[in-house]
Amino acid sequence: MAGLATSLGAGASTNSLSQMADMDLLFLFGSNPNEGHPIISLWLKKGLRNGAKLIVGDPRKTWMARRADVWLNLKPGSNIAMLNGIVNVILENGWENREFIAKRTEGFEELKAKVREYDLDRVETLTGVAKENIIEAARLYSHAKKAMVVYGLGVTEHQTGTENCIAIANLALVCGHLGKPSTGIMALRGQNNVQGASDLGPLPATLPGYQSVALPEVREKFEKAWGVKIDPKPGLKSVEMLDECRRGNFKGIFILGEDPAQTDPDLHHVRGALEAVEFLVVQDILPTETTNFADVILPGASFAEKDGTFTNGERRVQRVRKAIEPLAGMADWEVICKLSTLMGYPMHYNHPSEIMDEIASLVRIYGGINYARIEKQGIQWPCPTKDHPGTTTLYTDLFSRPGGLAKFIALDHKGSGELPDKEYPYVLITGRIREHYNNGSMTGRCSGIVEIVPEELLEISAEDASALGIGHLEQVSVSSRRGEIKVKAKITDRSQPGNVFLTFHHRNALSNLLTSGFRDPITGTPEYKSCAVRIDKL
Amino acid sequence: MGTTISGKLVTIKVNNSVLSCQSGKTVLEACRDANIKIPTLCYDKRLEPYGGCRLCLVEVKGFSKPLSSCTTPIEEGMEIITESDELTRLRKTSLALILSNHPFDCPHCEKTGDCQLQDIAYEYGCDWEGSNGRDAQLISSTLNGEKWDLPRRDDNPFITFEPNKCILCARCTRICNHVVMAGTIDITGKGFDSLPDTAFRRPRSLENCEFCGQCVSTCPTAALTDRQGRGKGRKYQMKQVKTTCTYCGTGCNFFLNVKNNKVVKVTSDYDAPVNRGNLCIKGRYGYDFIHSKDRIQTPLIKRNGKFYEATWDEALGLVASKFRELIDKYGPGTVGGFSSSRCTNEENYLLSKFVRCAVGSNNVDNCARV
Ligand code: SF4
Ligand code: SF4
Ligand code: SF4
Repeated sequence: MAGLATSLGAGASTNSLSQMADMDLLFLFGSNPNEGHPIISLWLKKGLRNGAKLIVGDPRKTWMARRADVWLNLKPGSNIAMLNGIVNVILENGWENREFIAKRTEGFEELKAKVREYDLDRVETLTGVAKENIIEAARLYSHAKKAMVVYGLGVTEHQTGTENCIAIANLALVCGHLGKPSTGIMALRGQNNVQGASDLGPLPATLPGYQSVALPEVREKFEKAWGVKIDPKPGLKSVEMLDECRRGNFKGIFILGEDPAQTDPDLHHVRGALEAVEFLVVQDILPTETTNFADVILPGASFAEKDGTFTNGERRVQRVRKAIEPLAGMADWEVICKLSTLMGYPMHYNHPSEIMDEIASLVRIYGGINYARIEKQGIQWPCPTKDHPGTTTLYTDLFSRPGGLAKFIALDHKGSGELPDKEYPYVLITGRIREHYNNGSMTGRCSGIVEIVPEELLEISAEDASALGIGHLEQVSVSSRRGEIKVKAKITDRSQPGNVFLTFHHRNALSNLLTSGFRDPITGTPEYKSCAVRIDKL
Repeated sequence: MGTTISGKLVTIKVNNSVLSCQSGKTVLEACRDANIKIPTLCYDKRLEPYGGCRLCLVEVKGFSKPLSSCTTPIEEGMEIITESDELTRLRKTSLALILSNHPFDCPHCEKTGDCQLQDIAYEYGCDWEGSNGRDAQLISSTLNGEKWDLPRRDDNPFITFEPNKCILCARCTRICNHVVMAGTIDITGKGFDSLPDTAFRRPRSLENCEFCGQCVSTCPTAALTDRQGRGKGRKYQMKQVKTTCTYCGTGCNFFLNVKNNKVVKVTSDYDAPVNRGNLCIKGRYGYDFIHSKDRIQTPLIKRNGKFYEATWDEALGLVASKFRELIDKYGPGTVGGFSSSRCTNEENYLLSKFVRCAVGSNNVDNCARV
């Protein structure tokens, strides 16, 4: 999301999900909403039924790709080349929105000079997508009246993740496809509250509400509210904390509800760090790979056991309500308050609504939100005051950057951190399936779901399977430079020759033992989406 | 998933009162918005109008025959009557036809108390006690009609199908084909033998079905029910708590149905701004982890590589003193926290505050970054 923040101002989707029904073009990029976000896919399907044209950029032949007017089956890691190529076609044909570029953006000349290097021949070579398809995608997108780009983790989970988002913003800006209903950029995130968790500040360089710790006026505001001095130096990112643990410099970690020992890429590294740290506290609702490493495990309360709010992918702050008492007696917010008090910084709230009131007083985009207002329906931020209705469409007149202008940023193709070679000839793409969720600690304990999807399967094309002599549901070994796992193979035309697919939902086949340590240098998001593997019949 | 229709206002007259409504609505929608009751069985606001059950008939001035309100768009100046003896008679006829092939096992039926057919039959007094002439024929056809006698099907983990209770409203097949676009079920067979079923009557499996339970959520009777929720309680015995899904970032709302401090079922929330009553497999059927026997129920402290149960006071006391000790010895910069995109906004805010205030560093991060 750092990408959208750089180009447009806010790291968030620009429109409401329900507006998808009225778009006339959908450019779906690196996302398989039918599996990852099924209810968003219903809105998209509604848009398609209403006549929207469809462009799909995905190396996998997904449900949407099968129905696409143009399917850009690009090589993993070639997103920037693809998008630069499309922008170049648009500019060469004069299909851009000149008025929008002139009035609402800056940096256009740099972009123009850069994308000129991405002529069709070069882009075809880099992406593997036929020229006609690139031209057709450019034509359809630029000629649409109400075009939405919907992108997913296939865009962000690369070492160029942030840049990929910027490249998408460049495309939308060139055509002026922002700032109107059913026209914009929607990011589909992985976990339910990624948006809220980013908004509210468990980040090393920003205080809640994306307010930089480096700014004295920001620190002053929080110091006054919290009654402590705040260090102006940004803290360490999670990756850096783990690195320092291995070096012996980092001593204590409190992990709230995460499972890096299964979901982080390059598991050997993470596990080494969790072993090395002197004191590890993990709070979770269920045992995970990470709780094994803990010195103290604290029981977490599930979403059914506590009051609070989540902020969804369209910036809507919605209520979570306590349906049953916390099984272990305390909700997570109460545990944090108690621990803080014991450590000498008293925290006391009677109800999470009081925490939200405090948030509203410190974070402008949440300024008008309180529990009474969101009792019936959630509100979309920015909602700065108590009488503000919330914001369905961002940037209708100004971008939230200095000067109100959006920024073009010229980018170059870099590719994946690890490319297939002789020894590791296949590209492993990891992702999600509809039935399971993340580390599977929750869905893996839902009997019906376990019955229908009991184990990990390696999705492989018929061509590759027959070349390797592998039959459907036969055991194979998948190995990378970092590790090896054994799984059954599932032959499917969803995988293109050369690419194979695994999820990371199962503890019996830890696919992240294989994935690489390459990361987006800006956000630290790991390159889950592609690494090089070899496959051997067992 | 209706789209918002922002059109001009149209004035109509319903049962002699004047209503001002958004153009583009149907007579049924306009009446329901104004809290005027019209019975329906084949209508679901997530679906396109169908006009199959013939219960929503209304009289419209200028038309000699009643019209189905769910398929008739409102027009300026329209005059509508929703209740009359003739409409009641017509509705009773349609109901009698439906009931003529419906089992009367209401005492132990899963849907009792939450069944649209039962409610409408009750409202229209389908016992027809003391009636004569044409109505008397209705009774006998209702009670003595030829009935299906098909076995109940529990051939998959999530959805139970009791074909005998199907009233062929096609809500399930329409939602599956038009909204989910999964194409799992269709009305198969002809005439008296038609049924909503899968191709070749194969069990639902991942090969043909998404297990979203959308078909169950729309079924007006007990023909389709959530298998895991069966026998766990009547709707009126359960507390319905509206909440937001814990899985993906779509932010669907639904009701957790709670009985005896246990979540036993999930049901749709039609007013939800994002999902409008729709759910996927995880939202609808992904709740049993809440009461999993594996849940961590008490704090655990590791000693010599083994975990021992502890009280909250012991565990939090240990954590607080150990963190304090590390901070005092090595400095606040050596202690930090990871928070989760699965936790609430309030918890994320508090963790950020905790690390900055109680620990005294900025070492707080959202570890997944996805
Ligand atoms: S569960 Fe969903 S996909 Fe399966 S039959 Fe029902 S509506 Fe169709
Ligand atoms: S199964 Fe239910 S929803 Fe489907 S046609 Fe029969 S009664 Fe209607
Ligand atoms: S019901 Fe499905 S689509 Fe909706 S939030 Fe939950 S997991 Fe996401």
